[in-house]
Amino acid sequence: MLDWLPYPHDFSAQLRDAVRADSAAERVGRLIALSQYRLDFLQTIQLNRAMDTILLQAGEVLPHYRLAILGSATVEHLAPAIRVAALRRQLWVDVYCCGYGQYRQEIMDPGSALHRFAPQTILFSIATMHAVPAVEPAATADEVDRLTGGVVEDLKSLWRRARQDLGAAIIHQTLLNVTEPLFGSFDRLVPGSPWRVVERLNHFLAETASAEGVSLLDIARAAQRDGQDSWFDAARMLQAKQEIAPQSAPMYGELVARLLGAHRGKSRKCLVLDLDNTLWGGVLGDDGVTGLVLGQGSAAGEAYLGVQRYARQLKERGIILAVCSKNDPVAAEEAFSSHPEMILKRSDIAAFMANWDDKAQNLEAIAGQLNIGLDSLVFLDDNPVERARVREALPVVAVPELPDDVSGYVRRLADAGYFEAISFTMEDQQRASQYSQNVERESMRGSAQSVDEFLQGLQMFVQYGPFAAVDLPRVTQLINKTNQFTPTTRRYSAEQIANYLSTAGTINLQFRLRDRFGDNGLVSAMLMLPVEGAAGCIEIDTWVMSCRVFGRQLEYEAMNIAVETARCNGIREIIATYIPTQKNSVIRDLYPKLGFRAANLPNQNPEASRWSLLLSEYIPCATHITREVRRP
Amino acid sequence: MTAGEVLKSFTQILRDLLGDDSIVLSPSTRRIDVSGWDSFNYVNFVVAVEMKFGVKFGVAEVESFQTVGEIVQRTLALLQASPR
Repeated sequence: MLDWLPYPHDFSAQLRDAVRADSAAERVGRLIALSQYRLDFLQTIQLNRAMDTILLQAGEVLPHYRLAILGSATVEHLAPAIRVAALRRQLWVDVYCCGYGQYRQEIMDPGSALHRFAPQTILFSIATMHAVPAVEPAATADEVDRLTGGVVEDLKSLWRRARQDLGAAIIHQTLLNVTEPLFGSFDRLVPGSPWRVVERLNHFLAETASAEGVSLLDIARAAQRDGQDSWFDAARMLQAKQEIAPQSAPMYGELVARLLGAHRGKSRKCLVLDLDNTLWGGVLGDDGVTGLVLGQGSAAGEAYLGVQRYARQLKERGIILAVCSKNDPVAAEEAFSSHPEMILKRSDIAAFMANWDDKAQNLEAIAGQLNIGLDSLVFLDDNPVERARVREALPVVAVPELPDDVSGYVRRLADAGYFEAISFTMEDQQRASQYSQNVERESMRGSAQSVDEFLQGLQMFVQYGPFAAVDLPRVTQLINKTNQFTPTTRRYSAEQIANYLSTAGTINLQFRLRDRFGDNGLVSAMLMLPVEGAAGCIEIDTWVMSCRVFGRQLEYEAMNIAVETARCNGIREIIATYIPTQKNSVIRDLYPKLGFRAANLPNQNPEASRWSLLLSEYIPCATHITREVRRP
Repeated sequence: MTAGEVLKSFTQILRDLLGDDSIVLSPSTRRIDVSGWDSFNYVNFVVAVEMKFGVKFGVAEVESFQTVGEIVQRTLALLQASPR
């Protein structure tokens, strides 16, 4: 388990040094570094305890995030692994575990410790033995559906209650199918067999979770992958009422943290591929295009095809692909265009860096070219020296350990779960081609005489309007994934956003941008909330814009539209806040640029600045973007 | 492996588990002699020992162990019984 992470060197000494480091930032930084290693069950407990010893100082360095685990069995032993895996993603999580089997009471009782804890996310960890209804082997399919459907309906009402009363995002774990064969292989054909009943429960769970916007933690799938015995140990269930065996706790924590990370925009966005002995066998510079091992007819050649096929699938679900290789650039491009067995085409690659420079430098250049953070990159390279070098120079880039043999590359990359998703939107499907279009746009920028000429030549159109129901998944994704163009960096769940929409006086706008090279999709969203006790005044609570469309004047046109919309709603003044983070300095001057004045308003955060715009003073900005009425 | 070596290894496991480097186990040590060695951490200890030595204790054994020495002896017996 966790075998994409490298083993630590002298873990105990590193841990000791970490808690003794000079400053809080240094201590937290060292613990984050340690969390990047492949830690076993005992080391995980040790790192978790070290987090506790520096708890007080850490709040200044990383924001705390509250997770409640509502378990029907013992779950306390899972908390350290969840916290360590979250730390791996630079998330500091405080965990609350409900009393054994007390989850229902704690949700219902507004005075419970759960309510006092005020979790931002609730993880329902209901053990199979507690969820399975009593079903006779002779039960008909309809009876099984009625009983299992009833169990899931009951869970659904708990989700709704928890969401409504606590305002928390919900995660529910799938059921480990730890049933023993009753009929043997025939189990699969008998509706009332224990195995079938659990499968049916998981089926309804997935259907209902999807309809309710609940994220599934698929431990059933993970147990299938790792082997049921490593996840469930009858001895532990008997001794400590643990459904999840302690040795699987690190993986359980990793799976939970992937979801927490995905909710907070921490999933990786881009796969950067080495070429020689990663995408094909052999060394291009020595063997030439015709000498490469790639394609049908050889086991190794087919294995490299497998790597390409998986990368291609990732691209189709919205992961950006890039190349970073020590190679001659012309030869590398030629291999893409002229090798007949290549599954990946040059047009699949949004950023192509083949040269003799240091790979860490090239990765920085790739992040810059794509306008995404280094912490969005995964770097796949067969060479352990290069991997170690990149980890050393750029610790925020994910660099999976690879097995010696290429036959295991795809599985290892998949196991690492870098690209965990909680939704799959139209924008995801089109993203990769949008990045390729950006490469074309940039080459046009190079030939344009001026920025103005470039922007005019793009022939941009904006479509805008209030959020429609169909926009909500993408708007939620944008609000939670955007790290740069986000003046307040507030994160909201889909249900919170839906709640705002029904709040009187709220103005919300979404913007889509297309140009002659293609449609960028929904790239910006703005949420303005009425200011209490100040009629005619509204505040920009949240405004996000995809980094793909920076530098296209969309922020100006969006503000023109926002001001007109506000005027139609009788608004006289728009208030705005800029809260600096490590990542949003690109819009430090956003509001003054748009004509806002510094406002002397109460400020909870001393770092933040407040801004005000009197609509009577607003002068619309001329842009090269034409407005379009939204298609119905 | 000798009983002394197993005992030394147990001491390290319990130190790591409880975060207390002052712990020194002897064959006669009982759980109540070690601060923080509650039932939760007893299961954790059993898991860590099983993982470290590649052995598996029976559920009845785990309930019946009175002293560290008994766990050491049982571990040695399981190690000898398992094919190398």
